[in-house]
Amino acid sequence: MTYIRLDYGDLALAGLLVVLNGGLSMALELGVERRLAIAAVRRVVQLTLVGLVLTTLFALVSPVWTGLAALVMILFAGHEILARQDRPLAGYWAYGLGTGAMLLASTLVTLFALTTQLSPTPWYDPRYAIPLLGMVLGNIMTGISLGLQTLTIAVVRDRAAVEARLALGATRRQALLQPVRLALRSAFLPIINTMAATGVVSLPGMMTGQILSGVEPVEAVKYQILILFLISGGTGLGSMAAVLGCAWRLTDHRHRLRLDRLAPAAGG
Amino acid sequence: MPVPGYLWPMLLVRALFRPGLEPVSFEIAAGECVAVRGASGAGKSLLLRAIADLDPNEGEVSLGGRRREAMSGPEWRRLVTYVPAEPGWWAETVGGHFTCWSAAEPLVASLGLPGACRDWPVLRLSTGERQRLALIRALVQAPPVLLLDEPTSGLDHETGLAAEALVARHRAAGAVVVWATHSSGQAARVASRALSVAAGRVREEPL
Repeated sequence: MTYIRLDYGDLALAGLLVVLNGGLSMALELGVERRLAIAAVRRVVQLTLVGLVLTTLFALVSPVWTGLAALVMILFAGHEILARQDRPLAGYWAYGLGTGAMLLASTLVTLFALTTQLSPTPWYDPRYAIPLLGMVLGNIMTGISLGLQTLTIAVVRDRAAVEARLALGATRRQALLQPVRLALRSAFLPIINTMAATGVVSLPGMMTGQILSGVEPVEAVKYQILILFLISGGTGLGSMAAVLGCAWRLTDHRHRLRLDRLAPAAGG
Repeated sequence: MPVPGYLWPMLLVRALFRPGLEPVSFEIAAGECVAVRGASGAGKSLLLRAIADLDPNEGEVSLGGRRREAMSGPEWRRLVTYVPAEPGWWAETVGGHFTCWSAAEPLVASLGLPGACRDWPVLRLSTGERQRLALIRALVQAPPVLLLDEPTSGLDHETGLAAEALVARHRAAGAVVVWATHSSGQAARVASRALSVAAGRVREEPL
């Protein structure tokens, strides 16, 4: 298997496209040039570090270090979920709920794949475990943050409707059914769209990567299908846990709506 | 549901308090209506919401000797139903908010709305239409206690009187009514006693 090596000049050339975007943002006063620059620099630094860490991990093949790396990835993704909420839950719940749901879903799905479909030896071989977790995690993270964001926005916006049902004697489950459905639907949409469009509109990154490095397309496709199924399972599981947990936290044992358990709205 | 022999029981409130409301005690007999008067923001809604257990609060509230802790929140609110001044809607059409429209139909007619309003989209409703339909939505469940939060503030005088008559019928059947209102004229018409709320303090006062 052969592939074409890239040197840093090639990357700098591609980086010009980001600079172009920044110029566009300034010319049209979109106001995103700062965030764009930070995101681009962050991506370069993060990925470079990840490359170094992966090289070390692959050399070690240790269950402890692999597990630790996985944990760090999940904790970082938890922060990302929090950053994408306009009104997260107040206190430790904000971080704990999204991270907990992600820990549950991503661990289950990754272990499932490692022990059945892929089964490398040893099963925790970081060359399989870490990339697998990374791909699953990114998508679960998107699902959970969309789900939580939609739920909290819907409950704040439809507060009167939810309370009207409660006042007439509905249980918290009945009263929050609509916002919960809305939230789960928006958590599912990206992965459904991805699965529908994959291969026609977009060529997924992992499959393309394998093809670029010389794997037969049919084999690469099989991997991609496996990953998509893992992702959709994990996204469903994770967003379900996060959204139901959040709905539970936003009501109490007397079936009252507790918007006071959301962080105060930012800005006046 | 009310226990036998206490079909329309008495509402008892003992040392009820919550943020924005000082401890308050009173009792209301079956078939009695008490007006709650006070300026906007004085705490009328806070009091009614606390009785309905819609917000965290402390104190003892019981109906016919049954404390609300003895039942779940939803069970309590089926007996002690709060109707807000700006009611919420969860379905697209009016009819979607009623489990049994035929039970609501006579009440709808008595408040001057056509039966066809069942298919009206909620978004199209005026403030007054919303208030009337929210009142009906609560009345068809026949709760032994009705907590009304300015239920006629968006209605013209005549329709307001029709709403008062409708509630009076429910009260005559034995229900307890707590009626928050701005208007002392309305308080005198609908209630036999009055509570006044000022800066979170509730006092019994002459009508």
